Amino acid sequence: MSEKIVIIGAGQAASQAVQSLRAEGFDGPITLVGDEAYPPYQRPPLSKAYLLGSFARERLFLKADDYYAQAGCELMLGATARAIHRDTRQVELEDGRRLSYDKLLLATGAKVRKLRCPGHDLPGIHYLKTIADVDGLQAVFTPGTRIAVVGGGYIGLEVAAVGAKRGLKVTVFEAMDRLMARAVSPQLSAFYAGEHEKAGVTLKLHTGVEAIGGQSKVEWVKAGGQTHACDIVLVGIGVIARDELAVAAGLASDDGIVVDQNARTGDPHIWAAGDCTRHVGREGHAIRLECVQNAIDQARHAALAMVGKPRIYSEVPWFWSDQYDLKLQIAGLARPTDTLVARGDPANRKFAVFHLRDGKLAAVEAVNAAPEYMIGKRLIADGKPVEAARLADLSIPMKTLA
Amino acid sequence: MAGKYRVTYIEDGGKAHTVEVAEGWSLMEGAVKHLVPGIDADCGGACACATCQVYVAPDWMAKLPPKSEMEETMLDFAPAVTSESRLSCQLRMTAALDGIVLKLPKSQH
Repeated sequence: MSEKIVIIGAGQAASQAVQSLRAEGFDGPITLVGDEAYPPYQRPPLSKAYLLGSFARERLFLKADDYYAQAGCELMLGATARAIHRDTRQVELEDGRRLSYDKLLLATGAKVRKLRCPGHDLPGIHYLKTIADVDGLQAVFTPGTRIAVVGGGYIGLEVAAVGAKRGLKVTVFEAMDRLMARAVSPQLSAFYAGEHEKAGVTLKLHTGVEAIGGQSKVEWVKAGGQTHACDIVLVGIGVIARDELAVAAGLASDDGIVVDQNARTGDPHIWAAGDCTRHVGREGHAIRLECVQNAIDQARHAALAMVGKPRIYSEVPWFWSDQYDLKLQIAGLARPTDTLVARGDPANRKFAVFHLRDGKLAAVEAVNAAPEYMIGKRLIADGKPVEAARLADLSIPMKTLA
Repeated sequence: MAGKYRVTYIEDGGKAHTVEVAEGWSLMEGAVKHLVPGIDADCGGACACATCQVYVAPDWMAKLPPKSEMEETMLDFAPAVTSESRLSCQLRMTAALDGIVLKLPKSQH
């Protein structure tokens, strides 16, 4: 009798797992349990083209409508898993139903970190994680609207860029002293600050939001001791791994469900993939990644392990962000102690910053610079020594550096 | 309602898939949503990964808009690139492309 696989979660990792399980020859039943109303969809366009209104909802879905039926995968949407019973190998749903599994994949993703300051629950405060979130935001995302963006990270800045384009009056509040501080180098932060200001966005750095107020809905944000009038608030202050089910079932979690390099948890019947996990990365440290690359690659590795063909997951992480006409592409994980090497002039809106560690390339940040990104990614994966002077020399084509 | 037009994707092994793709959608999306094997499109169409390469014969190539600088540079780093290579995420379905034939590479990585 064939085994039964249950997947909790219905995002990018879940979709990839279904595809990879079938591609690797698994022919048993698969059940996918998702708490949103939709089949797996892409999240990256939500804060970009979909918010702008230039990307139809149906284009978000990762597969054709009939894919899951054809793949023999039962979709249970709008269904929430309440508990995992490891002793009987069952997933219990909110409505009391129980799904038996031989192998279980947790692809529960992450949830937004919520504000906790006074006024945090006023109407008019938006978060951006799901289609429903964006649909709610879109209704009030109109020209002239004053939007206070809390958090100058990827989500906040992508919304700021779309807002500026749509004619909203945008103010970004960032508690740190620079934009995207967690994700990019100071050089990139400075460049993006300039671009946002050129587009008419007001930036308030080193300015944490202390309170939000208003009569019956949001009317002002208090930050840095000052009151700023606004009509709506968009909060983008990070996400938290959804590990509650795993923790309640006694699986290890450390701000992310702990998995090995085959995406397996401490339970030999349970794997986990995507934003919800913490795994030992290629540099030997436990990391939690929030990105499409990790969702795809880790899910693929989970599927391989689930069908008995385990391979070590050690792909180079990569990320991208679209703001205005700037494509930011990042590969590798930088550290503050890396030596930075610039290639190209930010004034040309086309440049890269390389992060060197022990004579090797550890990460690359490329703005409108695909060759730097693509070759950089390859150099990181190869782990060969690189010469800073050559990386910085624009007269040497990237191609010859691989 | 936007029209739908036919696209034929031919796998490296010769297997052909003819599907309908809505006007305005990318030819990458047409392949991915209809589960045509051979197009990975890891980034979902953001021109960030170069894993959606296709080969377009010259007569069809003439009907496509020229490559953007970004497509050109990303293609530089895809495997087995020829003069017929395009990134299918950058190609939009139009009536003029009804019946277009796209060949797929052996691997996108």
